[in-house]
Amino acid sequence: METLQPILAVLLGLSMGLVVARLAGESPWHILQILGRSAFGSRYDFGMTLFYSVPLVFTGLAVAIPLQAGMFNVGGEGQLTLGALMAAATGILFSGVASPWAPIFAGLMAFLAGGFWGLIPGWLRARRGSHEVISTIMMNFIAAGLASWVTLYLLKNPESQNPETRAVGSNYLISHLSFFGEAPVSTAIFLALFLAVLMQIFLARTIQGFEVRALGESETATRAAGINASRIRILAMFLAGGLAGLVGVSEVLGNAGRFRLGFSPEFGFIGIAVSLLGRNHPIGILASAFLFGALHKGSADLDLETENVTRDLSLILQALIILSVSAEGFWSWIRKKRSSHDV
Amino acid sequence: MTFETSGAVQTIAQILGSTLRVSTPLIFAAMGGLLSERSGVIQIALEGMMLIGAFAAAAVAGLAHSPWCGALAALVAGALVATVYAQFVISWRANQIVAGTAINLLAAGLTPSLCKNFFDSSSATPSLEIGERFQYAPMVFVWCFVGLFVFWIQRTPSGLWLRFAGENPLALESAGVRVNRVRWFAVIGSGVFAGLGGASLSIFLASSFSRNMTAGRGFMALAALIFGKWQPLAAAGACLLFGLADALQIRLQGVVLWGSQPVPVQFIQILPYALTILVLAGFVGHSRAPRALGLPLKNS
Repeated sequence: METLQPILAVLLGLSMGLVVARLAGESPWHILQILGRSAFGSRYDFGMTLFYSVPLVFTGLAVAIPLQAGMFNVGGEGQLTLGALMAAATGILFSGVASPWAPIFAGLMAFLAGGFWGLIPGWLRARRGSHEVISTIMMNFIAAGLASWVTLYLLKNPESQNPETRAVGSNYLISHLSFFGEAPVSTAIFLALFLAVLMQIFLARTIQGFEVRALGESETATRAAGINASRIRILAMFLAGGLAGLVGVSEVLGNAGRFRLGFSPEFGFIGIAVSLLGRNHPIGILASAFLFGALHKGSADLDLETENVTRDLSLILQALIILSVSAEGFWSWIRKKRSSHDV
Repeated sequence: MTFETSGAVQTIAQILGSTLRVSTPLIFAAMGGLLSERSGVIQIALEGMMLIGAFAAAAVAGLAHSPWCGALAALVAGALVATVYAQFVISWRANQIVAGTAINLLAAGLTPSLCKNFFDSSSATPSLEIGERFQYAPMVFVWCFVGLFVFWIQRTPSGLWLRFAGENPLALESAGVRVNRVRWFAVIGSGVFAGLGGASLSIFLASSFSRNMTAGRGFMALAALIFGKWQPLAAAGACLLFGLADALQIRLQGVVLWGSQPVPVQFIQILPYALTILVLAGFVGHSRAPRALGLPLKNS
């Protein structure tokens, strides 16, 4: 039942979403077909699904690590914005860096910028007692304002009407997997896979990881054991912000080659769902990032192929899945029902 | 010379006028957030409930040719969404941040879908006539509500229940008041006010609903609530301050004051959020959350 619950929640959320589509006058079967074909129909479609999944792995991990320490990082959106902005700024300002080092350099800078953006709320929580949920939400808006200023005033692309920066040096671009044709599936996907595994090793096998989990279990016990809770809080939020910042690698170095304002369809917020559904386990996070990536890509064709339903159905589906998985009391009620049947 | 001063006076009057106008939806939403958060339930779904309210108001005001019907629809729509939220976070003890995020996503997806179904456009509702919109009523009402809130929270038994539900729910429970019932009412009330906030956006400030038209105002209202230390009058004052920043920012967009570059209005835009962080961290005054905020009541 424990491992089944996320799967049941996804099915429940999906069916509720299809009921919504039915109410709008579309056949649920038809919707499912379009979703499936658009997400997995060809190598290109499958590639686009993967392309949308990669940032969600990063933002999912960015929620999972602080959650283990008992903190809620709602700031993924701001952290990824800063990371992507920094990746672009690095690629523009230091265009001369030699090829194999350039993307590594920019990735590191993206990690640090995102990490800095996570460190501030972490520090505020640890030292000043400000609730991280509120300060991360505020940091999201500050990041959006900063990004807009840098993009429109400092690094603006003079050749385009779009709100975007100039292009990064070509030695910063990372290669694409040709298997997926035109879909911009870059080597960032390996970084995402690697980091998902690394997170598990960090949490399960290292002393810092143990301290993070201990803090999440009981702050009193952690303090009694002589662990510096403030340091752990700051570390967890720094790592989280850095991971979210790595969206800059897949988006800027692996896709657009520049920072584009508003490129993220709320990857940061969907990361909350990814982490929750994935139960903080690397396989779980990879699977749920893939699911949400597929929903995003799958619904892209709904505008064209249906009369009454738009691509916004994907937001509704995501919301319903999140709600289904979040209802603790509902699931414990089901469990109680089942156990009373067994008796 | 006199001409110039009268020009300056006029400009200032205009900015103050638009401050009062643009802060109206913020104050409505902040009062909604206040209800819920003072009862101990985190309310980051203000954004979503405003968006639903904005759609319902514009849709019904146009169909019924009356802004009052639109406001009523927004109120009901906000309450309905809040009911869903309450069911999840109070009865099913879902994490309030997760469920709030989901409600925001749901509203972002549902409003364009409904718009598409009713008006055959997923981007905006048809434009409203003058008579189908409010001219100034929301601006007056919202301050009446602020006054009522100040009185109600400080001076009435039910206001006391609200504060205790957020500060010390167990004490309230042992006094024989059902905490979860208080929270249910508070959350539904927050939907009502957030819905009205949305309505004052679509049928007072604008003349139609457009896709994602709240654009973060729900979160700004939340920021104002925290900046105002969870007190009604101070929160409304914070909304005015943030409204002033918004009005200035709109006015200065593209204006060249010095040098050759236009004023970077982004810094005015981020000011409310930066101030809120500073206040929350106790660098400027100190803002303390209700003690039981975010903690569901354990079923005994």
